[in-house]
Amino acid sequence: MEDRKLILDIQDLSIQYRVEGGTVHAVENLNLALGYGENLGFVGETGAGKTTTALGIMRLVPDPPGRITSGRILFEGADLLRKTEDEMRSIRGGKIAMIFQDPMTSLNPVMTVDKQIAEMVLLHNDVTERQALDRAVEMLELVGIRSERARDYPHQFSGGMKQRVVIAIALACNPILLIADEPTTALDVTIQAQVLELMRELRRKINTSLVMITHDLGIVAEMCDKVAIMYAGRVVEYATTEALYNRPVHPYTEGLFNSIPDIDRDEEELKVIQGLMPDPTNLPSGCPFHPRCPYAVESCSREAPGMVEIEPGHLVACPVRTEHRLNSVGWKGGAGR
Amino acid sequence: MLKYITRRILFLLPILIGVSFIVFTLLYLTPGDPARMVLGDQATEEAVREFRDKEGLNDPFLVQYGRYVYKAVQGDIGRSYMTRLPVAREIMNAFPYTVKLALFSMLIAIVLGIPFGIISAIKQYSLFDSVMMIFAMVGLSMPVFWLGILLILFFSVHLRWLPSSGFNTIAAMILPSVTLAAQSIAIVTRMTRSSMLEVVRQDYIRTVRAKGQKESVVIWRHALGNALIPVVTVVGLQFGNLLGGAVLTESIFSIPGVGRLMVDAIKMRDYPLVQGGVLFIAVAFSLVNLLVDLLYAWLDPRIKAQYR
Repeated sequence: MEDRKLILDIQDLSIQYRVEGGTVHAVENLNLALGYGENLGFVGETGAGKTTTALGIMRLVPDPPGRITSGRILFEGADLLRKTEDEMRSIRGGKIAMIFQDPMTSLNPVMTVDKQIAEMVLLHNDVTERQALDRAVEMLELVGIRSERARDYPHQFSGGMKQRVVIAIALACNPILLIADEPTTALDVTIQAQVLELMRELRRKINTSLVMITHDLGIVAEMCDKVAIMYAGRVVEYATTEALYNRPVHPYTEGLFNSIPDIDRDEEELKVIQGLMPDPTNLPSGCPFHPRCPYAVESCSREAPGMVEIEPGHLVACPVRTEHRLNSVGWKGGAGR
Repeated sequence: MLKYITRRILFLLPILIGVSFIVFTLLYLTPGDPARMVLGDQATEEAVREFRDKEGLNDPFLVQYGRYVYKAVQGDIGRSYMTRLPVAREIMNAFPYTVKLALFSMLIAIVLGIPFGIISAIKQYSLFDSVMMIFAMVGLSMPVFWLGILLILFFSVHLRWLPSSGFNTIAAMILPSVTLAAQSIAIVTRMTRSSMLEVVRQDYIRTVRAKGQKESVVIWRHALGNALIPVVTVVGLQFGNLLGGAVLTESIFSIPGVGRLMVDAIKMRDYPLVQGGVLFIAVAFSLVNLLVDLLYAWLDPRIKAQYR
């Protein structure tokens, strides 16, 4: 895409899980790009394939049953899927770090937190154990945990503090790409705000690119420059946050925005997207969203839609809506590319 | 921590009172007259009566029990009817054999069972795993006396490599220890495997992998540290059981351990010896349990926090 240098460029990535009773197409021909220093919000329902994509980037998809079946993941121009396990290990944690979803279970319960941070430091830096432990204490202070608590075990911390420790581990080696998998989902609202503020502050300090996985559109609006909306293993809309929030195009995106309750309006019922997420072992033919889509036409069940660029940097996978939009707005720039 | 240990040791008192009362009651209710057993069939009525009087066997139940407790508190748990030796000395003569047998077989079970379990878990469904699981099932279901006799036939009679009885040389210890360990190996292997399988799926293991850690360190340091906790329980229980004497193994290999001593004592209605033996086993079992609990605290800081 264009000339700007990309830190991450995922091309046609497919990841499958083989389970009893079929194959789950967790991620299907996914394309995604992220520039240096950019923040990407990665939005979708539970089971849409967000975490699997993140694990794919880290090459940590549990195998078996999971397997990356096709595609390329270009990180700083080199395909991660072609790296050896040793090369991958120096990238994991060193260049790409991940913050996991559930802080309650993400820390080793039988190891003090300073050691868990120091382990990361030791793996990617040429330092002594003493220096690594000092760095660990430094990181803890950076995320707002007093140094006296460094020798404590995870069970002695609250959920929010554990998440801070997880963040401290992820940032210990100044990664250039940070993947945060629902970093605030397991936390209550006040702690959420604190953690987000912390991440913003840290990003300012060490200028990391960020992939923020979430199903909270509010967090995306606050944190991200770009948004990818994911449905049933596919990206259905990709745009700048500003464009997506002002001009959502894909029916699923539209449904997501409509289902946000409006405090000013007096509504009896929450507006929801009709139907349920499809069975991942048995996705609908054509566009996987068509059974739930109010705009679906007959051809939707036959042809899987490709991404169409309806304005610079705004891609949508819905022929029905993009055609309608292109006609009404009269902008045809990217359609043919 | 010290307070916790002290309290646990004080808990032994009610346990001992309970155990001694139950054993005393059971022996009192068991048919068979110790006097007849000890003195033999040809004993005169007079001799039997004299024996019963001397040992206080004609007194009411509570008087007998009270006298026993009164003496036991002063450190006297009586003399064996059969050998007339103090019960404490009888047990102390047999105990070293039992401890050695238990230690060796647990050592074998740990040294083999834990690595087997780990490899089975990280190579789940592999050939190694399947073979191990079959062995574990065979080990669990094979009767000890059968395995013992088979080993004697092969290694002592056929190959003439190892002695078939006794327990005084290293060579003599091998067969009984292996026989007794077979089941424990199977149990430890299965326990380690299932515990490992559960732990490697935990989020914190993924966190360690995401740090870029080597797989060997992930398994042996992070996963094993967590997976061992339930294994310690099983090993502790097994060891506690073995300290009570491995009757079958001791009989097959003619080892004069606690198990054989107890069986003989029960057969002969040697009341003081049975009493003393059971009390001793209860203490040993409780102490091993305490040791396991302390080991727990050392392995898992979450448990340590609860020990006050």
